[in-house]
Amino acid sequence: MKTEWLNAIYGGALIGISASLMLLFVGRVVGISGIIYGLLNQNTKNDSLWRLSFISGLFVGGLILSSQNPAFFSAAMSNGQWPLIVAGLLVGFGTVLGSGCTSGHGVCGVSRLSPRSLFATLTFVAVGIVAVKLFKLIGIVQ
Amino acid sequence: MKNNLAVFFVGLIFALGLGISGMTRPEKVIGFLDVFGNWDPSLMFVMGSSILIHLISYRIILKRQSPLLTSTWNLPQNKNITSSLIAGSALFGMGWGLAGYCPGPSITSLATFQFQPLIFVLSMISGMLLFKWIDKFIKFKR
Repeated sequence: MKTEWLNAIYGGALIGISASLMLLFVGRVVGISGIIYGLLNQNTKNDSLWRLSFISGLFVGGLILSSQNPAFFSAAMSNGQWPLIVAGLLVGFGTVLGSGCTSGHGVCGVSRLSPRSLFATLTFVAVGIVAVKLFKLIGIVQ
Repeated sequence: MKNNLAVFFVGLIFALGLGISGMTRPEKVIGFLDVFGNWDPSLMFVMGSSILIHLISYRIILKRQSPLLTSTWNLPQNKNITSSLIAGSALFGMGWGLAGYCPGPSITSLATFQFQPLIFVLSMISGMLLFKWIDKFIKFKR
């Protein structure tokens, strides 16, 4: 099999293991947009602490990756800063309105066979496909 | 303390999975969504293997009385497919296709100390705050 397919399978396995450990340890789903949004609301100290711990883990994992091989990361494909700002606003607003993102709906929700998450995942993948076609056509995305 | 440390490592493993699978490279994400163009299907295996693992582990773990470190399960209960779910997921899909970042990989990419992920994450948080503000008036049924 192609190396990048194998990498996708190995990386996906780590993501699946991570979601399983989250459930086993603290009984929660790994919903990253929800974890971030929870920090923006008034919370007890304890509730904020586990969220910050998870986000720190995501960041330190990034430090390990970039120290091993900077090619784990690449630059965004949009032309200029404005598309990134608009994209961030859409992702932030959309994931809270839609109660989840790729992790919460796409990995955890689909694994739980939640109809809500299946519907959400189909929607954001389908819209993403159409959006990329459109953005490439008008040249916002390379 | 023990719980937060565990959640930190869950986040760290998640980040390694994102990096190894290619999710932290926007050009790969956009290649995956570019079904009508130069399609790169490899990221399908990320969802495939993570869901396969969690589909099985989820059922085994939930046979326990409680999680290992806390006393109760804390899982999403909402079962309704609402217009907010669809609209939010559609907006998220648009933003995902525009930047190639979803929430998790954007946080992990902050570890590169580059400008682009930082702009994206700040905009994403602004999008979430915008939602919070509008929600005060409209009270979305999520």
